[in-house]
Amino acid sequence: MSKILRVNMTDLTATYEDVPEKYRLLGGRGLTSTIVADEVEPTCHPLGPHNKVVFAPGLVSGTAAPNSGRLSVGAKSPLTGGIKESNAGGISSQKIAHLGIKAMVVEGQPREKQLYALRVSKAGAELVPVPEIAGKGMYETNATLWARYGRVAIVGIGLAGERLMTNAGVSTNDMENGPGRYASRGGLGAAMGSKGLKAIAVDDAGVRDVPIKDPEAFRVAAKQLTDALREHPVTSQTLPSYGTAVLINVLSEAGGLPTRNFSSGRFEGAAKTSGEAIAGLVKARGGVGRMGHPCHPGCVIQCSNVVPREDGTLACAPVEYEPDWALGANCGIDSLDDIATMNYLCDDFGVDAVETGVALGVAMEAGLLKFGDGKAAIELLEEVGNGTPLGRIVGQGAAFTARAFGVTRVPVVKGQGMPAYEPRAVKGIGTTYVTLPMGADHTAGYAVATEILSVGGKADPLSPAGKAELSRDFQVATAFLDSTGYCLFISFATLDIPSGFEGMLGTINAMYGTSWTAEDITRIGQEVLRTERRFNELAGFSKGMDRVPEFMKHEPLPPHNTVFDVPDEELDRVLAF
Amino acid sequence: MIRVGVRLYATLRRYGPHLPVGTPWIAEVEDGATLEDLIGRLGLPAGELKLAFVNGRGQEVSSRLRAGDEVGLFPPIAGASGCLGGPGLKAVPLRS
Repeated sequence: MSKILRVNMTDLTATYEDVPEKYRLLGGRGLTSTIVADEVEPTCHPLGPHNKVVFAPGLVSGTAAPNSGRLSVGAKSPLTGGIKESNAGGISSQKIAHLGIKAMVVEGQPREKQLYALRVSKAGAELVPVPEIAGKGMYETNATLWARYGRVAIVGIGLAGERLMTNAGVSTNDMENGPGRYASRGGLGAAMGSKGLKAIAVDDAGVRDVPIKDPEAFRVAAKQLTDALREHPVTSQTLPSYGTAVLINVLSEAGGLPTRNFSSGRFEGAAKTSGEAIAGLVKARGGVGRMGHPCHPGCVIQCSNVVPREDGTLACAPVEYEPDWALGANCGIDSLDDIATMNYLCDDFGVDAVETGVALGVAMEAGLLKFGDGKAAIELLEEVGNGTPLGRIVGQGAAFTARAFGVTRVPVVKGQGMPAYEPRAVKGIGTTYVTLPMGADHTAGYAVATEILSVGGKADPLSPAGKAELSRDFQVATAFLDSTGYCLFISFATLDIPSGFEGMLGTINAMYGTSWTAEDITRIGQEVLRTERRFNELAGFSKGMDRVPEFMKHEPLPPHNTVFDVPDEELDRVLAF
Repeated sequence: MIRVGVRLYATLRRYGPHLPVGTPWIAEVEDGATLEDLIGRLGLPAGELKLAFVNGRGQEVSSRLRAGDEVGLFPPIAGASGCLGGPGLKAVPLRS
C-alpha cells in the first residue's frame, strides 16, 4: 500500500498523495481514527462540510493471509457526536488494498445537491454523477453498478444515508454482490450521504500492489494462522455449522439476552430464532439457503449464511446474531421469517439493523405497536424506507425515538443503542459499552468471550469485580486487531492456540519488517484508544457519559435479578492510561 | 433420585431425545450427583462439552445438582482447551 486517495466533494477532485511516514505502520481503525483526529475539527457538525469520512483496509488486507478482508470506515459520528470507526467484511477491503491505496479520505461537500459515485481502478479515480441511482435501495444500486462496471467492490449507502438519517450505515458488497455486509454502527452512512457520495466502485483488475518485505516468512506465518483456525472447534465447526446466531441460546440460558426493550435477560422464543433453528430452516427449505458462507475471499471460518423463504428464494443474506436478536428477542418477535424480512429491509434501506431493533423496541415500549407483533414491525420499518415522518423518527435510532415519545427506559450509551448483551447480567461487556469511545458497542471489547464463553480465562458475568481490567484488556487488544484487517473471529484461535497467535503477529512482521510482540499490541491498542478519547474530549464529551442508563442501576433484571453495579470509580479507571 | 431439566444445544443435540430446540428433557439422577455424573449418563464424550449452565449460571463439571435444576449444555461455542474446568491457554497475555 503506497498512497492515500483524497476525494474533495466540493471541488469534485480525486487525487493521490504520498503516505506520511507517521501513518506507515497504521491501518484499519488505527489509521481512520488517527486521520479523523488529525484532520477533523472535533466540534464540527458531522453532516456539514468539515467532517471527513475515511475508508481504510487493514494492515494485512489484500494479502493471502486468511480472514484478512476487513474494511474500516471512520468519521465524526452523526449518531454519537464523537469519533467513530465501524468495520465490515465483503470484497472491498482487498480490492482497495490491491490498488495500493492505504486510505481514501472523503472531504468537503458538493455545492449543489447532487449524488456521485467514486470510481477507482488501475486507470485512476473519478467522480461520476449518478442521478439514476438516487433514491434506490442497495440491492438495485449494487445490480446497476455491476452491470455498468463489472464485478467491482461497492461501498455504498441506501435511502437512509441519502436522507441523512443518523441510523444510516455503510454497505460493502459480498462475493455475490449482496449488500448485507455493513459498517453499520454510528450513522456513517449519513456522513457519506452528506458528502453526496452514493457509492465507491473499486476495480482491482490488473493490479496487486501489496508489497511484502519477507514473502517466505509471511507464507509460514499465514499457514500457522490458517492451521489454528482449522484446528479450533469454534472456527472450524460451530461457526460454519450454526453461524453467529448460535449465541442466541447461550445468552438466553445465561440470562443475558436483552428481551422486550431490555426488560428481561431471557426470551421464551430464543430457541425458535437461534442458529440451530436457522440451520434447520436452511436444511428443510433448500433453494438458495446455505450455512457456512464466506463473506470475503480467503475466509477460512465461513460463518455467515443465506436464509431462504419457504419457497427457497432469498429471504436475507446473512442473518447474524445481532440483527437476529435486535429484530427478534428485543422486540419479543420469535418468527425467523419476520426477522429475515426486516433484516433484508435494513440491508436495502441502508440502516443499522442493531440500532433499528433497539429503536423498534423503544417504539413498542411507547405503545406504537405491540411487542411480538412482527407484521406491525415490518410495516413500521417500511415507513423508514419510505421516509414518512414516523419513519424519519425511527430512522434516527433508539435515543431519538425515545425522546420523541417520552420513553425513559432507553438502552443507549452516548446516543448509540446497546447490542445483544445485557449489562446487568454480563457486567464486563456492560463496562465496555459505557467506557468505549464509540458508544455502546460489543465488538470493541468483547468481554463476553471470557464471561460467558470461557475464552482467555473465566469470569463471573454477574459479578462487578475485575470488570474494569477485563474490559480494558479486551478494548486494548481489539483496538490493535481492528487495525490489522483481520476478522475479529480469529481471536478464538489466537487466544487459545499459541501458534495461531504467533502466525497472526508473524504475518504483520513479515509484511512490514517490524518485530512486534505482545507488548507492541498493547502499546498500539492504547495509542488508538488515547487518540479516540482525546478527540471525544475536544468534541465535548465528559466522564458523565461513561455511564449506563439510569434504569439499569436500579431495575433488577430477571432471571438473575441483578442491577449494573460496577462502581463509577472503576469505570473511570478503565481507559485512564 | 432427583429430576433435572436438561437442554442440549447445537452439536450436542444428537445425544438427546428428539425434542425441539429449547424444550427440556427431564433426566433422573442420584441425589448429590454432579454435572459430570449427568454427562456420563447422557453418554456425552467429555471433549465435546464446553459450556454448562445450571439455572443460568456457568458451572464446572464438579458442581452438585439439586432437584428441579435447569441445565443447559453447549459444545465449544468458544474455547478448545480441555473440557469444563480445564486450564485455558493464554496465548495473548491480556495485561495492559
